[in-house]
Amino acid sequence: MAYVTETGYNEEVLIKENGLNDHFHDHHHGDKFQSNFITTYIFSQDHKMIARQFLITGMFWAIIGAAMSIVFRLQLGFPEENMAWLRPILGKWITVDEAGMGRLAPEFYYALVTMHGTIIVFFVLTAGLSGTFSNLLIPLQLGARDMASGFLNMLSYWFFFLSSAVMLYSLFLSTGPFSGGWTAYPPLSALPQASTGSGTGMTLWLLSLTFFVVSVLLGGINYVTTVLNLRTKGMTLWRMPLTIWAFFLTAIIGILSFPVLVSGFFLLMFDRGLGTSFYLSEIFIGGKALENVGGSPILYQHLFWFLGHPEVYIIILPAMGLVSEVLSVHARKPIFGYKAMVMSMLAIGFLSFIVWAHHMFMSGVNPFISNFFVLFTLIIAVPSAVKVFNWIATLFGGNIRFNSPMLFAIGFVSLFISGGLTGIFLGNSAIDIPMHDTYFVVAHFHIVMGIAAFFGMFAGVYHWFPKMFGRFMNEMMGKIHFWGTIAGAYAIFWPMHYLGMAGVPRRYYRFDTFEAFKHFEDTNKFITVAAIIVFALQIVFVINFFYSIFNGKKVTDANPWGATTLEWTTPIEPGHGNWEGNLPAVERWPYDYGKNGREFIPQWEPLAAGEQDGGNH
Amino acid sequence: MTGLIILLCIVMLAIVIIQIGKVTELTAQIRGEKDAQKESNEWNSKGLLIFGAVFLIFCVVSASYYRDDMLWYGVNESASVEGSSIDNLFNITLICTGIVFFITHILLFWFSYKYRGREGRTVLYMPHDNRLEMIWTAVPAVVLTFLVIAGLDTWNDVMADVKEGEDYIEIEANGMQFAWNLRYPGPDGKLGARDYKRITASNPFGQDFTDPKGLDDFYPDEIVLPVGKKVRVRITARDVLHNFYLPHFRTKMDAIPGIPTYWVFTPKITTEEYRQMLAKSDEWNEKMDPSDPESKTRAEMFNYELACAELCGKGHYSMRRVVRIVSQQEYEDWLKKQQSWYANNVHNKGGKVVINGKEESEDPFEGKVTPVDVVKDSTSTAVTVKKDSTAIAAPVKK
Repeated sequence: MAYVTETGYNEEVLIKENGLNDHFHDHHHGDKFQSNFITTYIFSQDHKMIARQFLITGMFWAIIGAAMSIVFRLQLGFPEENMAWLRPILGKWITVDEAGMGRLAPEFYYALVTMHGTIIVFFVLTAGLSGTFSNLLIPLQLGARDMASGFLNMLSYWFFFLSSAVMLYSLFLSTGPFSGGWTAYPPLSALPQASTGSGTGMTLWLLSLTFFVVSVLLGGINYVTTVLNLRTKGMTLWRMPLTIWAFFLTAIIGILSFPVLVSGFFLLMFDRGLGTSFYLSEIFIGGKALENVGGSPILYQHLFWFLGHPEVYIIILPAMGLVSEVLSVHARKPIFGYKAMVMSMLAIGFLSFIVWAHHMFMSGVNPFISNFFVLFTLIIAVPSAVKVFNWIATLFGGNIRFNSPMLFAIGFVSLFISGGLTGIFLGNSAIDIPMHDTYFVVAHFHIVMGIAAFFGMFAGVYHWFPKMFGRFMNEMMGKIHFWGTIAGAYAIFWPMHYLGMAGVPRRYYRFDTFEAFKHFEDTNKFITVAAIIVFALQIVFVINFFYSIFNGKKVTDANPWGATTLEWTTPIEPGHGNWEGNLPAVERWPYDYGKNGREFIPQWEPLAAGEQDGGNH
Repeated sequence: MTGLIILLCIVMLAIVIIQIGKVTELTAQIRGEKDAQKESNEWNSKGLLIFGAVFLIFCVVSASYYRDDMLWYGVNESASVEGSSIDNLFNITLICTGIVFFITHILLFWFSYKYRGREGRTVLYMPHDNRLEMIWTAVPAVVLTFLVIAGLDTWNDVMADVKEGEDYIEIEANGMQFAWNLRYPGPDGKLGARDYKRITASNPFGQDFTDPKGLDDFYPDEIVLPVGKKVRVRITARDVLHNFYLPHFRTKMDAIPGIPTYWVFTPKITTEEYRQMLAKSDEWNEKMDPSDPESKTRAEMFNYELACAELCGKGHYSMRRVVRIVSQQEYEDWLKKQQSWYANNVHNKGGKVVINGKEESEDPFEGKVTPVDVVKDSTSTAVTVKKDSTAIAAPVKK
């Protein structure tokens, strides 16, 4: 592809030979902003440090969120067991009767379920996943010195931190954190009389998530700006790695959908505090009839799911991007159908905005409207199927290097298939009638956007750990982590399909109140035991992570995986500004593996005479 | 003390894991990175192949193990006419997705194994293949078109409201924290008007008793319906969202404060028949109490149940009501035993309600007319009694 500039040919040659000189080092910005401990490690404006901050904060929340799930799984698997031993940690939420029998209070069960969802969806799989890897990879893979605005980027992390702090504080309220489900449907979330968690807990929940949205928007604007403006010479959009495409689209989706969520939250705050009736109508509660009339709880659901559905793609697209990259690098083979992959992501991104009401088939919206949402929802299965087939085709004829990132990437594909296919049941409104809000839904979304996104994240962490910390993670621990997690994750969530197909509703504190739901004690015990094992295995990952930061095998080769992308042209531990000298220039698409008998041809190597760029098809 | 021991165990375990990691890293270095990678390729690719096989077998085995507990292809067939078409759709979708699930998984694990890294293996440079991509865009598109059409066809049938002039029974289910209130229309076949501001302990639905249609309404504690007759459930909520969920009838609809919703269904199997149907399965012939041979079997104890399927607070899991589907005759017998809520609980009981800041009597006919006259009045003038009617006057006793 010819690159015509004002000065024409000469500059082109110079860039080819010497890289792109952006005069970065003439100004010494880099050192000015990283001169002391605070500006280096705390209020850092360096994208790599901010990525690490997002990752470690995300890991903190992942442990909290997963530990919560263990507590409520204990309740579901072993409802008759004495839980008094948890009293030192959970305090008065474990009620102990005269016989010394400790039980988890139902309010707290629901608070745990709610917090588990909120934390994992927003703090771990949004901030922890796309926050980490967008920050790390966008400048590195595009050949940029840093994000477009380092300062906004810093603010993005600190708003996330603030949001985290508020949410963490709400866990320690005497009335408990919010307990009305992560979707926070009013009137339950609007009326403190309806639930103890809907008092101060809900106020803090709304405050926390509002800060969180600020963080996402600041980050997102930065990602989009960086991708559009700071690509290095030769890095056309069609030469961007799929990771960058994924982060780019994720950021756009986030910018368009999160403000709608906040508007929904604001109306909820008004209903809670100012006596408005956006969501409230004809309510009799606590022995009193409220004055509010004319509001609609369904309005909130529309506003919530207008973000809520794109949100699942905000979670899964970055994972798809990471996995596409990891699969290609370690299969030593170009990603199959690069343009089809980009197009399918574009299609998914677009469709994600017109399917939100498939969460609301049973919520009292006009059944006629559901026709459109069924149609669009099931259309999403087409680009998703294209992606799956392309990943499988990427493996075909490869020379696969099996290590931890590759194993997690293959595991991701399996999980995405399993979880994606159950979406075809739920997206069809007629089948959703009996399936809605049962364990089938729990199984579906945990596999497809929970575990699968975690697998994408793990693949990313194992793969780019050398870039982040200049050391490798331990392979043996990584493999223990993988094998235990893939088997364990299926052991947890596969049986839940059967519970759901038997009609067992989700968000039940116990099942023995119903004849129809009580006959799965053994299944529930099995799931709980599997969950505990999987949780323990994640500790192996955490140990591996922190151990390897300090003691892992050192990276000696700047390009340890034999990858083609630009992040491997930086020094092993890149400083501020990423490249010591000039910026690298890009000459070809990022997936030239196994071409012309060579194992890989990096992006910065010019096309040979008569050679066609692989991305052009 | 035990806490300390547990902590120590965890620390020990962590050290052991780190040591294993270290040792394998060292041996890899001694033997050479290439050999270590080669061995990893062999072991893990075989591992994936075995995992894939075990996983797929496990899927089939578990699906048949749970067969008779599930609502779909086992003995739990839909107890409503409308639900049967949903069951068919589910089974069709299960077959379509099942085929894709097996094919993609077999390819994924087989390719992982077949193309495991080997020294000197030539990689196929295949960045794309338009023909293949056309195929795997078109095939899912066609299958999904079929599923969408079948799905929407079923959906619009199931969700259709009753038509003008159709014969049906209308009842009301009103969700509150944490119970379902049930209301039947009484002999006139019509539910009376209500106003949420009139709700009191003696008037749980907030009925406005100036509406004569409501004077004969009664509030049973279970849903009893005749087999083969269309039912329209008016679904309402008093405080927060609830969801009217009858698993065996494939029924689910949110109950929303301020916005009444509905569900229309036709029961087709009586409770007794369903028990006999379940008894055909060994699973359902297990005794409720395995240690007591005299105890009833699961099938004998079976009941249709009404549950809540929308998180409504701490008692969400306990909103149970029994649903009984009976023959027309049994239904009529049951109706005869029901008594007007108004006549028994409101009329001349002296209940008060505060409306717009003014306290007034709950009973608009307080001391004026006997309830028997009131109810008679309403049935004879305002309501046309249907022919095959279930509208046998519920005797209103003083």
